[in-house]
Amino acid sequence: MHFDLPLIWAIIILFGIMMYIMMDGFDLGIGILYPFFSEKSDRDVMMNTVAPVWDGNETWLVLGGAGLLAAFPLAYSVVLSAFYMPIILMLLALILRGVAFEFRFKAQEHERHFWDKAFILGSFAATFFQGMILGAYIHGIKVVDGVYAGGPLDWITPFSVFTALGLLVTYALLGSTWLIMKTSGELQTVSYRLARVMAFVLLVFIVAVSIWTPLLNEAIAARWFTLPNMLWLSPVPLMVTAFFVLLQKALAQKAHVTPFVYALALVFLGYLGLGISIWPHIIPPDISIYAAASPPESQRFALVGALIIIPLIIAYTAWGYYVFRGKVSAEDHYH
Amino acid sequence: MPELAFDLARIQFGFTISFHIIFPAITIGLASYLAVLEARWLMTKQTIFLDLYHFWVKIFALCFGMGVVSGLVMAYQFGTNWAGFSTFAGSVTGPLLAYEVLTAFFLEAGFLGVMLFGWNRVGPGLHFGATIMVAVGTLISTTWILASNSWMHTPQGIEIINGKVVPVDWLAIIFNPSFPYRLVHMVLAAYLTTALLVASSAAWQLLKGNNNAAIRKMLSMGLWMILLVAPIQAVVGDFHGLNTLEYQPTKIAAIEGHWENPPGEATPLILFAWPDMEQEKNHFELAIPKLGSLILRHSWTEQIPALKEFAVEDRPNATVVFWTFRVMVGLGMLMIVLGAFSLWARWKNQLYENKLFLRFALVMGPAGVIAILAGWFTTEIGRQPWVIYGLMRTADAVTPHSVTEMGISLGLFVVIYLAVFGAGAIYMLRLIKIGPKPKEAMQGDAFSVNKGEVEDFIIAAEFHPPHPTPSERKDD
Repeated sequence: MHFDLPLIWAIIILFGIMMYIMMDGFDLGIGILYPFFSEKSDRDVMMNTVAPVWDGNETWLVLGGAGLLAAFPLAYSVVLSAFYMPIILMLLALILRGVAFEFRFKAQEHERHFWDKAFILGSFAATFFQGMILGAYIHGIKVVDGVYAGGPLDWITPFSVFTALGLLVTYALLGSTWLIMKTSGELQTVSYRLARVMAFVLLVFIVAVSIWTPLLNEAIAARWFTLPNMLWLSPVPLMVTAFFVLLQKALAQKAHVTPFVYALALVFLGYLGLGISIWPHIIPPDISIYAAASPPESQRFALVGALIIIPLIIAYTAWGYYVFRGKVSAEDHYH
Repeated sequence: MPELAFDLARIQFGFTISFHIIFPAITIGLASYLAVLEARWLMTKQTIFLDLYHFWVKIFALCFGMGVVSGLVMAYQFGTNWAGFSTFAGSVTGPLLAYEVLTAFFLEAGFLGVMLFGWNRVGPGLHFGATIMVAVGTLISTTWILASNSWMHTPQGIEIINGKVVPVDWLAIIFNPSFPYRLVHMVLAAYLTTALLVASSAAWQLLKGNNNAAIRKMLSMGLWMILLVAPIQAVVGDFHGLNTLEYQPTKIAAIEGHWENPPGEATPLILFAWPDMEQEKNHFELAIPKLGSLILRHSWTEQIPALKEFAVEDRPNATVVFWTFRVMVGLGMLMIVLGAFSLWARWKNQLYENKLFLRFALVMGPAGVIAILAGWFTTEIGRQPWVIYGLMRTADAVTPHSVTEMGISLGLFVVIYLAVFGAGAIYMLRLIKIGPKPKEAMQGDAFSVNKGEVEDFIIAAEFHPPHPTPSERKDD
């Protein structure tokens, strides 16, 4: 039986990055929303809603990197070299916010504000640079003879700044709907307001990116706006509209869980849309998953592990979320 | 690419990985220690073990957090800075790293939440299970990363096709010649580092006049570990050295500061010297004749290869590795002495009182960390100028970033690492300074058990009042 290994690996990596965006998205969102809450007790609760899970969420980013190195080493080295500065800045930002989880609770009263700021700055900057990388990636990377051939600042474009802002809003929406699900009282009330605003702004961003992306690149325009593709792909924008309406309804009805689910659906669709635009290129605009693939011996070896272990990971991750189900209040103090 | 940018890239990698390795080393040891403590608590129902668990788990959480974020940098730095290496050998190191993520990182992260915050969410058996998973995860992680690193030292099981590594035999790749030695050496080093940290913290408390059962217990446990493991580590290190002599003779020649082999003269053991790479000789040499041959060849006459037998461009920097190696070995000797001293103090019934002994245990606290860094400097700098020994030179592995880019990124790393991990070290020292108190567990979250699960969780009843009122709860 013949397996299309590069295809399977591309799907696994896309899945890993999707898990990362959806899961670390909401806990980065918590940091982005921190400035809207100034009470210590609110901030404690916000952090405690994600304290048991943030680490696992971030591990999907490590899987993305490791999977890329294993299955598409050329893409790993070219993409990471091309986005050197934004990746380093993102990693440093993730350090700042990651340690804040522990340090904030260990710090003395007069030091805590510093780690609050580190958490906010780190969450903002990590998201912003992820968004810049995303935009620059869609924009394309200049490669000559398998080596990055662009300049050190190619990643800064109006489009990448725009996608960075879009990702901030995306994570803020995920964070606010997560808080709706996990909290109660005043904190939850504010989260409802925030979620409504973020949902509207996100819709604007989704529409704008949907118009802007095809203008960047003729191949992307052709992908979406030629027949019969247009018919096949039309459910994507239709479902975005549907989930946006559902989300607004759920928020208006003060539902607890469904806003988060609909927000995840919106993010998933946005991600899918971008994926459709780029496919099958792993280094847009020219290098395909087949051209960047590692030898089949590597892909096959790693695939055995991935196919057996990823379901297990999902199972015990789900168990972890189940253990920490329910509302978090100021009464619960994990630290 | 300018030479300076290349040097900056190497410094950046060395700097970031040196910080990183400290945290996993401590968490590997502490995770196993916590598993032992929890097992002892479940077996004996003595709450002293639960107290110690709750004390050390705070330090564990701190180290683990720092390990996660500094490790994330490592997972990406192979691509951001070593594109040549990743393109050439990603087909081998990539799958190994992927297995590490799949089998270890997720396991640790997945069960860490329950371990840290789950006392009032799951029963004691399940909680113990979570601790075990995290401890096992740290060891699995060590195994994969050491397989990958060892392969870079002693590569096999591959072919090179069109200028890229193609794996042909994964078992040969994983179980490469230096892997078993390196793995055992590293795990024991992590255990020793933790034992020294634990014993040193206890000694500090006793010297300050704090004396309780938990403090005495952790001193005793730490020192049994050191007594047992430090000598084993010396033997394992010796085997590792012989393996290196076989596969990386230049490294051994550099470590020994051994420049040439006069005919018929056995290799001496150089105790002190300043190897000079330019002049190809040692300054201030103090040597014992024949001892080098005896240690490395187990013979009175057989020579070991000398540096001058290798081309100048293939030699590692002997000045550095000569000294890093001696720092590691010297500290290892002191650990053995500490273990022996503790046995004597135990025999004399002075383990908890002898000031000289306690001061010695105190100052040995950071010895494990320093020895690990010195050991890794020795083996990694000793591999140079190769990134994959004999296959790829470090100079061909680097991404050609500009000096400006490298300067900015390295500067940022230095500033942020020193600030963040400096603060982490302060918080860790503060916790250690407070020390474990009786009923430590009362102040953790172990007491606020789920009402429905009280029956299952009644083992240490005094720690688990079924209905804690908010006023009884105390934030740490």
